[in-house]
Amino acid sequence: MSDIILSAQNLTKTYKQRSGRFGFGTTLIKALDDVSISVKQGATLAVVGESGSGKSTLARCLLQLQPLDAGQVQFEGRNLAALSGAELRAARRHMQMVFQDPFASLNPRMKVGEIVGEGLLIHKLGNAAERRDKVAAILQRVGLSVDDMQKYPHQFSGGQRQRIGIARALVLEPKLVVCDEPVSALDVSIQAQILLLLKELQQEMGLSYLFISHDLRVVRHVADEIVVMHRGRVVEHGGVAQIYSNPQQDYTRNLLNSIPGRHRPAVVTT
Amino acid sequence: MSALLQVEGLTVAPAAQPQRLLVNNVSLTLQAGRTTCIVGESGSGKSLTALSIMGLLPPSLQRRSGRVVFQGNDLAGYSNTQMQDVRGKRIGMIFQEPMTSLNPVLTVGYQIGETLAFHLGLSGRVLQARIAALLEQVGIPLERAGSYPDELSGGQRQRVMIAMAIACEPAMLIADEPTTALDVTVQAQILALLDELKSRMNMGMLFITHDFGVVADIADEVAVMFRGEIVEMGAVDKVLGSPQHPYTRALLDCVPDVEGKKPLKPIDYAWLNGAAA
Repeated sequence: MSDIILSAQNLTKTYKQRSGRFGFGTTLIKALDDVSISVKQGATLAVVGESGSGKSTLARCLLQLQPLDAGQVQFEGRNLAALSGAELRAARRHMQMVFQDPFASLNPRMKVGEIVGEGLLIHKLGNAAERRDKVAAILQRVGLSVDDMQKYPHQFSGGQRQRIGIARALVLEPKLVVCDEPVSALDVSIQAQILLLLKELQQEMGLSYLFISHDLRVVRHVADEIVVMHRGRVVEHGGVAQIYSNPQQDYTRNLLNSIPGRHRPAVVTT
Repeated sequence: MSALLQVEGLTVAPAAQPQRLLVNNVSLTLQAGRTTCIVGESGSGKSLTALSIMGLLPPSLQRRSGRVVFQGNDLAGYSNTQMQDVRGKRIGMIFQEPMTSLNPVLTVGYQIGETLAFHLGLSGRVLQARIAALLEQVGIPLERAGSYPDELSGGQRQRVMIAMAIACEPAMLIADEPTTALDVTVQAQILALLDELKSRMNMGMLFITHDFGVVADIADEVAVMFRGEIVEMGAVDKVLGSPQHPYTRALLDCVPDVEGKKPLKPIDYAWLNGAAA
């Protein structure tokens, strides 16, 4: 079991939603319904599903950003719910997140150097000079420059902002990175750059990814294993080749058949 | 056979910076019963091209030159009032975000009826019957006519938008990223619906998208836009099967394929600028 970095058993999460004409009624929505997953060390587990399938709730619950109704999450064999506040904060250093919207997830009043360095400061890693060097190094690694530390997020394009978000997550040298739709707000040419960068960094730093996406074309390129979610439940789970070539569930088949352009073979031009 | 829509040398620039060409010398032709896709990345000028054709450019932008000939008439000479008669009646429009295009305090049936009352002067039982027929055509149960937009799903809202767009049986439909905000299974349904309506009503469809998968599914002809210009145009099989322009080839190399066989290759802009020059 030592090659499993993160595992979750029987996660359940229910939201109350106001309903009816004036919001007097309540409806219970099962965002997670008995979900179990595991992420292998150094590998990528993709969670795919349509809107409302529970995939983002799963990400937030795994990192204990939202309380669970039931179920357990183990990171490197430790039950996260049993950790004290300080222990959980310490563990979070190794579980970082990259968000979907590179516009909303960076504080517009902070310089890029401060945004990327904030995690080091919180976890009290190194002195000021060491922190500065680490931030400079990771910015360069993700394709930005040292001068960018003095700039503000609005001075960057969407793709560059996503690089800043990746730098912020990776400066702490985490073991697991949860990527929640990291490329869905980007143009296809920028998307390709970011996907390749994530893959390179995974190999260099031995990262494990939990990759959340609605885009089955993207997932085909990044995932080792896939979990298909629908209405809060895992409907299918398997290796990437098996899911795409031999899906077992009707829902998965329907999802794959809906991929635009799937009946036209890819053209390799170079 | 004369074209339904002929755009020649369309050029758009900000009023304050007339030399900054956001749409640069764009020419394209659309036939009845055919779909032309304009594909490009953000900022390539694809939406501005569509807005310019409909005479809906924001006041800060100006059409510098070019002709838009629709059913034999140059729309450039049309007054605002004349354009209002064209828009919604002879040219239907669908936009990306159905929630912002629908009025939240009016029922969807009322909003579909508004188009019919304004352009065709329908009222009473005739109007109600037409609303019912349109809802059926786009696959929405009749009892939904009394629903407000927020009570419908994203796909249903886009179906309502389509019902409004085709209400007056327009000769042409302009769809600007109509499925971008939708889930993939819903997207497939909406694309199939648009394609079927296009054939049944013999409409010409100008379809704007950033997604080559969608292009492959729906286009007859495709125009690839880059930095305000159409860099390549032709039959969909030709453009996707043997792309000629370096940008088209580079862009297709960025698109992940379903088989996962093709390596992703980001665009090398330095190389591209050299190759395009």
